[in-house]
Amino acid sequence: MTYIDQLSNYHLDVLKEIGNIGSGNATTSLSKLLNRRVEMKVPSVRLLDFNEMMDIVGGAEEIVVSIFLRLSGDFPGNMFFVLSPTQAESFVHKITGDVQFSFDDLDEIGLSAIQELGNILAGSYLSALSDFTKLAIHPSVPSLTMDMAGAVLTQGLIELSQESDYAIIIDTIIKDHDSNHDSTNGHFFLLPDPGAFSKLFDALGVSE
Amino acid sequence: MNATVVKVGIADLKVAKSPELLRTSGLGSCVGVVIYDLSSKIAGLAHIMLPSSELSKDKNQNQMKYADTAIDLLVQLLIDQGAKTYAMKSKLAGGAQMFTFTSSNDTLRVGKRNTEAVLKRLEKHRIPVIAKDVGGNSGRTIEFNTDTGMLKIKTVNQGIGEI
Repeated sequence: MTYIDQLSNYHLDVLKEIGNIGSGNATTSLSKLLNRRVEMKVPSVRLLDFNEMMDIVGGAEEIVVSIFLRLSGDFPGNMFFVLSPTQAESFVHKITGDVQFSFDDLDEIGLSAIQELGNILAGSYLSALSDFTKLAIHPSVPSLTMDMAGAVLTQGLIELSQESDYAIIIDTIIKDHDSNHDSTNGHFFLLPDPGAFSKLFDALGVSE
Repeated sequence: MNATVVKVGIADLKVAKSPELLRTSGLGSCVGVVIYDLSSKIAGLAHIMLPSSELSKDKNQNQMKYADTAIDLLVQLLIDQGAKTYAMKSKLAGGAQMFTFTSSNDTLRVGKRNTEAVLKRLEKHRIPVIAKDVGGNSGRTIEFNTDTGMLKIKTVNQGIGEI
């Protein structure tokens, strides 16, 4: 029996609420930072195999801008903030006021802005999570990459792939209102390590 | 004429015959290994995720996920389909490090470990490595032509190359 079989629907609902609290806080931060309306969908908690996970962001070959944090402490796992390059560019334009920025010619200020954006969002996601669960969560320094989704996201699967071919993924879609591109949705992905679940459920008093 | 493309997913492997193409997308720290017999025009591609099945805690192992078991399986499948062991050659790509951290976390160097494990296993089967494009910090999409034995490699920043 793997860790996945031990999760009930009730547990999945708890995970969904975790995603809701975290990303709700992060979306508010994003909205303040951009000074415009940002919408967030109710998070989904899904059990996906690795290939299905790539399909969420448009396939393994789709180019994405991603900010990755490794979490340690009481709640080990991986966190991604994934954006399409167009969306990331529009965020940089708004934050820095530099409308020339493009990922085609990598400019330090723009990259640093997007990295800082990731830092702030992940920070508010995780601090909400930590406040709610009273768990100590230590995020690494965020790392920014723009590359194929498959190459980027598999990094977050290494840990759990040693135990399973499936990942529990807490996915929140954020929709940016000013953007005209319908397809450019951002994602928060939270991928807890297999060992993270029991501690989380214990902390919330829902282990059974 | 457009040849059929046989797609290989993550932790997956497939065998194809000429004129089919074998393709896998978005290799990061994963390694794509092609083993082929050009005389029989048959080839197999494995998308390997982890270096060793021995370290796994998974009871129902997916053999296609690990360098050691995937290569063993691939060689066996090729033999079953009529490939000659002595004619087998190999090409590989991937094993990048997508993120740089100062932490000592071992999972971040999995790309390098994957590559080493693949090379070691190929050596055990005495399959010569004709070409490889490994390491770096870019994702790769690869496509193998079973007819010509050429491996096309696409990256985001460096465009398309062939080995």
